[in-house]
Amino acid sequence: MRITCPLCGERDRREFYYRGAAVDLARPEPDAGEAAWDEFVYLRDNPAGMTRELWYHEGGCGAWIVVTRDTVTHEISGTELASGVSA
Amino acid sequence: MRIAGKGLVDRSQTVPFVFDGVRYEGFEGDTLASALLANGIKLMGRSFKYHRPRGVLTAGSEEPNALVTVGAGAAQEPNVRATMQEIYPGLEARSQNRWPSLGFDMMAVNDLAAPFLGAGFYYKTFMWPKSFWEKLYEPIIRRAAGLGALSGEDNADKYESAYAFCDVLVIGAGPAGLMAALTAARAGADVILADENARMGGRLLAETYEVDGKPGPVWADEVLAELHSMGNVRLMTRTTVAGAYDQGTFAALERVLHHTDHRPRGAPLETYWRIVAKRSVLAAGALERPIAFRDNDRPGIMTAGAVRAYLNRWGVSPGRNVTIFGNTDDIHRTARDLLEAGVHVAAVIDSRHDAPGSDDYEVLRGAQVCSSAGRKGLESITVRRASGEDRIHTDCLAMTGGWNPSVHLTCHMNGRPTWRREIEAFVPTPGAVPGMVTAGACNGSFSTAACLEEGITAAESVLGDLGMTAPKITVPQAEDTPYEIAPLWAVPGKGRAWLDFQNDVTVKDVKQAATENFRSVEHMKRYTTQGMATDQGKNSNVAALAILADATGRGIPETGTTTFRPPYSPIAIAALGAGAEGKGFKPQRFTTSHKASVARQAPMVEAGLWYRPSYFPKEGESNWRQSCDREVNMVRQTVGVCDVSTLGKIDIQGPDAGAFLDFVYTNMFSTLKVGRTRYGLMLREDGHVMDDGTTARLGETHYLMTTTTAAAGDVMKHLEFVHQGLRPDWDVSFTSVTEHWAQFAVAGPKSRELLNGILDMPLDDDSWPFMACGPVSVLGVQGRLFRISFSGEHAYEVAVPARYGASLFDILTKRAEALGGGLYGMEALNVLRIEKGFITHAEIHGRTTAYDIGMGRMVSQKKDSIGKTMSQRAGLEEPGRERLVGLKPVGESKQLLAGAHLYKEEAEPVRSNDQGYLTSVCYSPTLGSMLGLGFLADGPERYGEVVKLVDHLRGVTTLCEVVNPVFFDPEGGRVRG
Repeated sequence: MRITCPLCGERDRREFYYRGAAVDLARPEPDAGEAAWDEFVYLRDNPAGMTRELWYHEGGCGAWIVVTRDTVTHEISGTELASGVSA
Repeated sequence: MRIAGKGLVDRSQTVPFVFDGVRYEGFEGDTLASALLANGIKLMGRSFKYHRPRGVLTAGSEEPNALVTVGAGAAQEPNVRATMQEIYPGLEARSQNRWPSLGFDMMAVNDLAAPFLGAGFYYKTFMWPKSFWEKLYEPIIRRAAGLGALSGEDNADKYESAYAFCDVLVIGAGPAGLMAALTAARAGADVILADENARMGGRLLAETYEVDGKPGPVWADEVLAELHSMGNVRLMTRTTVAGAYDQGTFAALERVLHHTDHRPRGAPLETYWRIVAKRSVLAAGALERPIAFRDNDRPGIMTAGAVRAYLNRWGVSPGRNVTIFGNTDDIHRTARDLLEAGVHVAAVIDSRHDAPGSDDYEVLRGAQVCSSAGRKGLESITVRRASGEDRIHTDCLAMTGGWNPSVHLTCHMNGRPTWRREIEAFVPTPGAVPGMVTAGACNGSFSTAACLEEGITAAESVLGDLGMTAPKITVPQAEDTPYEIAPLWAVPGKGRAWLDFQNDVTVKDVKQAATENFRSVEHMKRYTTQGMATDQGKNSNVAALAILADATGRGIPETGTTTFRPPYSPIAIAALGAGAEGKGFKPQRFTTSHKASVARQAPMVEAGLWYRPSYFPKEGESNWRQSCDREVNMVRQTVGVCDVSTLGKIDIQGPDAGAFLDFVYTNMFSTLKVGRTRYGLMLREDGHVMDDGTTARLGETHYLMTTTTAAAGDVMKHLEFVHQGLRPDWDVSFTSVTEHWAQFAVAGPKSRELLNGILDMPLDDDSWPFMACGPVSVLGVQGRLFRISFSGEHAYEVAVPARYGASLFDILTKRAEALGGGLYGMEALNVLRIEKGFITHAEIHGRTTAYDIGMGRMVSQKKDSIGKTMSQRAGLEEPGRERLVGLKPVGESKQLLAGAHLYKEEAEPVRSNDQGYLTSVCYSPTLGSMLGLGFLADGPERYGEVVKLVDHLRGVTTLCEVVNPVFFDPEGGRVRG
């Protein structure tokens, strides 16, 4: 598997660390209520198809990256820096 | 039998080799299979289950029968295909799965027991008594069945892993692959051409075809010479592309040294390649299908393509009196080749009623071979025609049931092949592997002309994708025989007709599976073990599928296919794991004091990736406890020195550094004064404790965070995530500086005295109070000093750039010893911290909250921080939670054990009465008692109560008093003293 780091270019997936769904970027306000926090911390979709997930270029530049990937075909349709993604 | 004037072997080079202890001779260029056939040896192995005598079925990597063991001792390699093993002087091969010898195999008795060993036998027989299966039946069956064995010794051979990158990977170097590589190479693309054979050319080496008026091998060599001369082409022989993976990644195994006993220094036996290709051309060819008929597995019966390969490539006729049987025109090609070479052809049997005739030999049209006879090799076959059955004497039967395109790699990413009726075979579904184009026989195009042309068009297609222009190339002239086939999977009749030779699966087994309602191909496969051997059923899957389809009244495409998975052919675990064995398994990190610690005989223990000293034994000490007790007393009474460089150090800088730390820690850091250090607690977003450590403020916008040794990497990732993902606008940056600094704890009443001897400015309480930090000059070297303590003593940590670490360690050691102190290791460090009730990851193990460890008030109410919201959920703060306490033995038993559970004194020690557990224990020489830290329901409210510790595993029960976890110096006077 190959992932294109927006800063370093295309690299082997061994350079990256996988975190999980990009939902982690949408941190609720402290007073958003139990449901919002439950959703943020625990609830995850398991789609057959497109997902947005977080990878860390640990063996490279240290960038957190949002990878848009199809879980069925494994096609990666886009990568962007997490810092540029508005939650 | 060697045929004069035929073959591509070098007859001037005789090569001696040994098979089953007997010395034979072959020629340079022979495989073990071709050389044995040349010596008249047909019996090469025994079958997996029934121990039937077997010879070669094929001439390639798909060989199911002729598996041998090469070499001896630690380096012995089992299950080597005789068809792939090149001979070399000194080669020693042995047959497998027989006792006492290949010719006389006692275990052939299994064949007589065959009625009890059919499909799924282990679900039906050997069932009673139940306990006999594990103890008796299974061990016996396992011993009797099987292939070659490993030596059980460590393999000293070197294996290597490597990476390669290219524009176009061409898999297979037959006519299609050669043309694809040539076209792509001439266009200027970076090309890798990989082929599993020692010599490239594919079927051109095994047939008598001409290309552009030249013999096939000559034409192939000319193309290869051109490719070889180009700087943008890498030719990889003996390299099997074994798997296709995401985004153009391929696995390939190069057998570097299996063809020689020469072992150049440092050269690997095998190299496991990861090849990343922008585009790929699959030109893997096709594999010939045997036909199932009664006893079709005798040595001497092989595929027609294999007979032609042995004849044309190796100059060997596998028999003197050959019969040919099949359902395509390949049987006539085989007859012509044999007759031209002067080999007697006893009969040509074509199952097609409309088969072409010949002036040179008689063709038995519409006839079928229905059985064979012969003890350890083929002696005769029985041919059935409308007019009756005839017995024909023969020592070699060349059979062909048609060809299966090698679609395997196109299935590795879940692609399903497509059935093509006119060739009665599966072909790759276009697009099954993104970026891959298929060409030639693997695409179902079997004539040489079609292969050459498809090689060019495949290359043109991938070059177009890459934005490159394909050069003009004329398709070379070659045969373009149409492929005409009439399906023939199994000849009807009694007896056992073999499908999967390697796993001993017969037509009857597949039919039985269907009868017992294992109608899905995946169920049939698992029930019969069809296709589950090391060859993945390359010769047999399609035939088995056709028989299942027939038995269940469905068509072949509706019945489906089983899934081909990587690797295409077996790969040794040693190759897959190359570089990751032994010390290569994970990185090793060493401190600057490592050598000095080892020199003092300190046993080193792993801490994350680091190695740290357990204790420093002194003369007269016979066990670790004596050393540990001495080191603890030393720190409490004089001074001890310990390398603490392994703790994670993260340099944090930027105008928003303070705000950022307020966000990741539960407590405040923006208010910390420059030159001061503070203990910080970090939570996960779910409210549980993630890590702890001290952070020093070195400047207005400059902090230095320390993490626990094992969590350093995770904390770094976490900080980067919180910054980049949640607070990207904040101006702050992080650098791991763990390895930049060598840091030593100097702890004990005489710590200041020791340091004042090496610091250029002496310390005092006014300028260096508890928790102070700042730059210092250590014997002229610019360093950092932190007045922090993990022992509860008056202590410091002094840091210098790592290049001075070894030297400073040496100086600190000597000075400590001069003051009556010395070095202490992890054991003493652990005792010192337990005496003070300081936590480690034994306590913050992922299920404890700040409240549980008695730090609930460290979660600041003045600000938001990671984990704060979720930490305030009712369930995480309610009464009854297990919270941190200290435990001291008070009864007769003095033993405390980490992992033991806690119960009320009078309660029965069962799960429902469980009240908590111990996380850390030690013997405290300071207090003369065992001490424990643990978690107890409502623990801090129960000081003074006696509870019962029970360890069911180790059979220990101890009464303990619940106490404050700070056992020693609870007022903290010593640390400030």
